[in-house]
Amino acid sequence: MSINYSEKIPNNVNLTNERTLQRALEHWQPHFLQWWHEMGPTDFEKADVYLRTAISVDADGWAQYGAVKMPDYRWGIFLADAVADRTIGFGDAMGEPVWQQVPGEYRSTLRRLIVTQGDTEPASVEQQRLLGHSCPSLYDLRNLFQINVEEGRHLWAMVYLLHAYFGRDGREEAEELLARHSGDADKPRILSTFNEPITDWLSLYCFTYFTDRDGKYQLKSLAESAFDPLSRTCRFMLTEEAHHMFVGETGIGRVIKRTLEVMKELGTDDPAAIRAQGAVDLPLLQKYLNFWCSSSLDLFGSEISSNAASNFANGLKGRPDESQYEDHVLREASFAMESPDGHGSVRTEQVPMLNALNEVMRASYLKDCEIGLRRWNRGIERAGHAFRLALPSPHFRRSIGAWVDQPVTPAGKIVSAEEYAKLIGDWIPTEADKAFVRSLMQKVAEPGKMAAWIAPPDRGINNQPLDYQYVKLQ
Amino acid sequence: MTTTELLRQHLIDPEICIRCNTCEETCPRDAITHDANNYVVKPGLCENCSDCIAPCPTGAIDSWRRVATPFSIEAQFGWDALPAEETPGEDAVHEADIPEEVARLSALASEGQGGLAPPPWSAAHPYVGLYTLSKPALATCSGNLRLTAPDAQSDIRHIVLDFGQTAFPVLEGQSLAVIVPSGEGRPPHVRMYSVASPRNGERPGYNNVALTVKRVTEDRNGNPVRGVASNFLCDLKKGDQVAIAGPFGSSFLMPNHPRSSLIMICTGTGSAPMRAMTERRRRRLALKEGGELLLFFGARNPEELPYFGPLQKLPPALIDVQLAFSRLADKPKEYVQDRMLTRVQKLTQLLEDENSYVYICGHKQMEDGVENALAQICRTHGLDWSALRDRLRASGRYHVETY
Repeated sequence: MSINYSEKIPNNVNLTNERTLQRALEHWQPHFLQWWHEMGPTDFEKADVYLRTAISVDADGWAQYGAVKMPDYRWGIFLADAVADRTIGFGDAMGEPVWQQVPGEYRSTLRRLIVTQGDTEPASVEQQRLLGHSCPSLYDLRNLFQINVEEGRHLWAMVYLLHAYFGRDGREEAEELLARHSGDADKPRILSTFNEPITDWLSLYCFTYFTDRDGKYQLKSLAESAFDPLSRTCRFMLTEEAHHMFVGETGIGRVIKRTLEVMKELGTDDPAAIRAQGAVDLPLLQKYLNFWCSSSLDLFGSEISSNAASNFANGLKGRPDESQYEDHVLREASFAMESPDGHGSVRTEQVPMLNALNEVMRASYLKDCEIGLRRWNRGIERAGHAFRLALPSPHFRRSIGAWVDQPVTPAGKIVSAEEYAKLIGDWIPTEADKAFVRSLMQKVAEPGKMAAWIAPPDRGINNQPLDYQYVKLQ
Repeated sequence: MTTTELLRQHLIDPEICIRCNTCEETCPRDAITHDANNYVVKPGLCENCSDCIAPCPTGAIDSWRRVATPFSIEAQFGWDALPAEETPGEDAVHEADIPEEVARLSALASEGQGGLAPPPWSAAHPYVGLYTLSKPALATCSGNLRLTAPDAQSDIRHIVLDFGQTAFPVLEGQSLAVIVPSGEGRPPHVRMYSVASPRNGERPGYNNVALTVKRVTEDRNGNPVRGVASNFLCDLKKGDQVAIAGPFGSSFLMPNHPRSSLIMICTGTGSAPMRAMTERRRRRLALKEGGELLLFFGARNPEELPYFGPLQKLPPALIDVQLAFSRLADKPKEYVQDRMLTRVQKLTQLLEDENSYVYICGHKQMEDGVENALAQICRTHGLDWSALRDRLRASGRYHVETY
């Protein structure tokens, strides 16, 4: 079957004139579609979904809305416009021209960075593949599918780089991206957060709040890269990532809004009474925040990392908003790093800043996460309640780095292993908590209607009314 | 504080913004930046191009305040919420009802007079924003007449819309927004048109308004393009329904006191508000309220000039009509500004009379020429045009709407 690729794959990389690349993608595309069919939201393939599709990177072209069946979505390849005479903005080669090709000495490192980023994209689609059956509204169902197809597009973005710049190795990696599966015992996804199952919408909102915000940080740091095609690819991906974070931030906000309504109706903040009314009590939400925040913090890597140091020094991966820092070389700078001293206390030692970059990024990420919590807490305060949501300590429940397996409370206090084991059920969702949340997940698919545990959003998508039929289920 | 002195500042609502960075990435002017707390718009750099509006997933970007002094980015960094509106006067209350797209177009149109000017002191109180894009009024087309000659290059039409039992009170000089549906799932097209009929209806005592619409078939550079709204309107048949938002405009209004005079300068469909004002005066001619009307009206030739026939029939006692044609076969090109220079005496006398009001409406290109002509006329009489213009504007006597 012949396919008109310039039509089938919207792109701004001149695909028609790149014969080799076109052939490589011709070979990969059916594998992608097969993967989507097997591992994506398979049960909704026939539904018409009100999706936005990017057909170019300018203000008019990046968000074209219309009803689409997901397997027919036009997954495209887009690089943000090139910045003329762009130079490397950090590291030892700062000020030199950026690279349009991969330098031989960084080939395997860059490939690993791209593969790691690329692996998360299909992983999240796999994690979320069954959520459609328990959607709280058609509006939310549409948002889920928008996220799914765009994660698919982000996979295309990374596969494009692998195909275009990494030859046969790249093509093999592109196949492997479809062969690993989230939670698969034999071939799991690379990063552990992306092997956590997402079986309920509260988890989806937490995932899109915390994990997609990590995505923003990763993409922003890759957007600083000296490898210009990677930088331009990530810059455009960020515009789509915005919607994913939007789903998380407004999703949690709507859950809280509904809970506050129920608390007002009942005149109590008793969790049992709120649960009996079919809403999510705030302490339960706090457990979900603790779980997903701590899980996402692992994605930044070890506190002290020589990889992070060499990636920065070599110009492969910068800090988000690199231009806002004063020192872009960091050879002289140091960082006061906290680590457990092995006797129940914290010790602080000066380490070279270059080796502490993961921790720098993690701290900046936590600050960004904090802003959403401040806003939610203002809503809770306005409703007259003393309860406040809080982010867990970055030392809580870590599974990599200096704090791995340390018995630290969400408040950051080191306790005994026994006490930790006894109290962990107060901090992250227990089986009973998860069972309760699952019991709330009843599908609501009537236009304009919302599940009882979540408030409606303030506005619809693309100025459509709330009762618009965002998904036409077959 | 009057609205004249207030700027429209683009801001981001920190209570809604999720700090996704899309706006900063999208902005072609690099006018958006952020710190660890907020995303903010740099007041000096933002040109209100609106490229950032659609990509914003939350709508936080679509926030505006009328301010005397713009908020600095440092101030914006510290916000948890947008500041309250500054002491809203009566106008500001109305402005709040105006859809963002309409406000943007209006701001562009009135650039030539240096922003919003107050209305004449004796203007009637306008209703503004009674109907919005989401809750429009429905009107029925009750007439659609070609104004230009059948063989003329441009197709300009006089379109009458009837509001039936729906209240849609307009004043001469006000405008309305025509909402043209686009395909499934896309936001509608919105275009603004000045009302060409007086306040008591195109037909006195009827609930209808007239519009003067030119069918757009090419862009400013002469490339073929099909104007969505103008073609929609020009193709309307009797009985067709149209969704309308408005009325809009609380500045470009006519004075109502006896002995007030109007200097009207226009080209093409910029004649719409002039027709409305002239017709208002014509209907009140018997009241002998005094005051003069002086009209400078430019077009390529008589065939392209809307309302050419009816204009010829207006009594000289009502109005002094000065037509300028730029494409007559055997004559040199004449533009409105050239024509104005033939009426220096009259213009000077009117400009010095505090009961006279200036209205300029038409293509943006005419602005400079008209300004130069006025400056030249002032010079010959020892007047300082820029000082006079500021005085005229501050007292609601100078109104510009160009596109």
